[in-house]
Amino acid sequence: MDWLLQQLINGLALGSIYALIALGYTMVYGVLRFINFAHADVLMLGAYAAYFLAPAVCTVFPLPSLTGALIVTLLSVMICTGIGILIEFLAYRPLRQRPRLTVLITAIGVSLFIEFTCQHKAVFGADTKPFPQLLPVHDFNLGGLVIGSNDLVVVVTTLVMLAALWFIVQRTKMGTAMRAVSFNQQAAALMGININRIISFTFGLGSALAAIAGILYALKAPGIDPLMGVQPGLRAFIAAVLGGIGNLPGAALGGLLLGLLETFAGGISGLSNYRDGIAFAILILILLFKPAGLLGKATVEKV
Amino acid sequence: MNRRLLLPCASAFVLLTSFTGCGKNGDGGIVIGEFASLTGKEATFGISSHEGTLLAIETLNAAGGVLGKKVELLTEDNQSKAGETSNVVNKLISKDGAVAVLGEVASSRSLEAAPICQQNGIPMVSPASTNPKVTETGDCIFRVCFIDPFQGTVMANFVTKTLKATKVAVFTDVKSDYSKGLAKFFKEGFIKNGGQIVAELDFNGGDKDFKAQLTAIKSAAPEAVFVPGYYTDVALIAIQAKQLGLTIPLCGGDGWESQTLLDIGKDAVEGHYFSTHYASDAASPGVVAFVSDYKKRFNGKVPDAMAALGYDSAMFLADAIKRAGSTDSVAIRDALAATKDFEAVTGKIAINAQRDAVKSAVILQVKDGKFKYLETVAP
Repeated sequence: MDWLLQQLINGLALGSIYALIALGYTMVYGVLRFINFAHADVLMLGAYAAYFLAPAVCTVFPLPSLTGALIVTLLSVMICTGIGILIEFLAYRPLRQRPRLTVLITAIGVSLFIEFTCQHKAVFGADTKPFPQLLPVHDFNLGGLVIGSNDLVVVVTTLVMLAALWFIVQRTKMGTAMRAVSFNQQAAALMGININRIISFTFGLGSALAAIAGILYALKAPGIDPLMGVQPGLRAFIAAVLGGIGNLPGAALGGLLLGLLETFAGGISGLSNYRDGIAFAILILILLFKPAGLLGKATVEKV
Repeated sequence: MNRRLLLPCASAFVLLTSFTGCGKNGDGGIVIGEFASLTGKEATFGISSHEGTLLAIETLNAAGGVLGKKVELLTEDNQSKAGETSNVVNKLISKDGAVAVLGEVASSRSLEAAPICQQNGIPMVSPASTNPKVTETGDCIFRVCFIDPFQGTVMANFVTKTLKATKVAVFTDVKSDYSKGLAKFFKEGFIKNGGQIVAELDFNGGDKDFKAQLTAIKSAAPEAVFVPGYYTDVALIAIQAKQLGLTIPLCGGDGWESQTLLDIGKDAVEGHYFSTHYASDAASPGVVAFVSDYKKRFNGKVPDAMAALGYDSAMFLADAIKRAGSTDSVAIRDALAATKDFEAVTGKIAINAQRDAVKSAVILQVKDGKFKYLETVAP
């Protein structure tokens, strides 16, 4: 029984990270109808930004501490927001009127460009760097169960981000404009919406989410390298599809489900080798019966 | 695209070769080729072994060279890439006229060079490739390190005898031949010692979350866990094991030995054990002299196992050339094969019929953020 509950906790913690990353994918998709594959690399850049900022912040606000961690995160978020807007401006904006496939392939190109540029030794280098401890760590013991404070932080952050995003999209003027652009770009422009500004904002917001996810991911596994975003990025993308791409609660649900599936498959002796295989086979089955994803079109309006 | 690149590449190649071609063999030195991963993914391993080799050659030349001639070391970087090794080794042999080739740490790239050396009849000495297949290529290929079956058995005996554990879990990186090989030989040895493997879990090198497997390991209640992985994965495994309250010792092989293990793992890797080739804090006179020379030459850097093996590979080759009395490849090969009781920094080496080094391993423990020497295990 302990074993089962512990795996449940592990799975929820892992799934929350996937959910957080998936939120970024799904939001950009919701507005622009294309997958920003560079999202996972912005995540990596967020972790590296925190890695380089931490020693500087540490001289003013000693780490690990909550204030220090918040300041490091805030600065990384600002850097990544800038990077996200820049990527959109340089790579995607010139292709606005081209077929979606062109933009999609460009996104893959941007992703590879960031990954391999960062592996050069003049940039970050290919070796794994130790990520500093930003938050004080405490493990809570409940009977035989262990809950890490970092895991709690991840779960809470994901919930807060989900609520915040929902609020921005559904309850603010900017969000209304985002939904209008998502619905019909030309019509939105005729209504006086500055399309470029809305799209830049969307990318900035998505990249801010990626930065937060990157830092949380690095806190969980404190060894960072330029390819750290690839694996979680791929899974988060799948989580977004599973939940119904373009749907925010769907992305969160998909992430959690994927995290749980992976954890339970990985915890079985003899099957742990096939953990990804098992998790993805189940996902394929779900998508066979619900091609639009768990919370696809029918229930919730697109972002 | 390719055609556009072809011309600059070809002209660069012609330029490079015309420079290096000038009189490399003319000045009467003994040319030894070396290929190493000086850049790229496994650069830390390659740089260490290259520095050790360089120190050995400088030491030899300072003492008057070999057979009265200076030794010339020509080093080529394979960028830790597959495919690049065959280019540079072909160049070392056919263009530079190397009488023997040294290299490298990673077994996969040594396996790429071995057939080329074998075809040309040029002896090759690998400093640190532990995969048994490397020397199986042919009778020109040698190594100065032990092989994985030995290392796995050493850890099995250590866990049985020193840790007195009877129930052990094995946690293998299924992406790496090195890890799978070590796990296999560990299991065989441990079961032969009367032990019991209570859980076998797998991970993929590069994974970041190991809690699922570690929770399963914990519920099987073993007394130790054998984790034959590389240092980055092992550091994360140790951290997450500690978080889950898994306080039993973790054990592993020479893939653990890196400063990065300590940098990432910090207090989570404290107290764990692994087997490797040598201990820089061992008291033997050979080790003490090597460590002090190396520190003097490389700004106080403490030599790791790769540096010691790089040094040994060059010294071992020089010893064979001296005994052969000539720089003829066949004579060198025969002398290498006949090596008995060669005193190396990493222990006494004898070459067996498979051209592998028969030598002892050491077991280190992580203590106070450092690797501490624990015991030597004879073959």
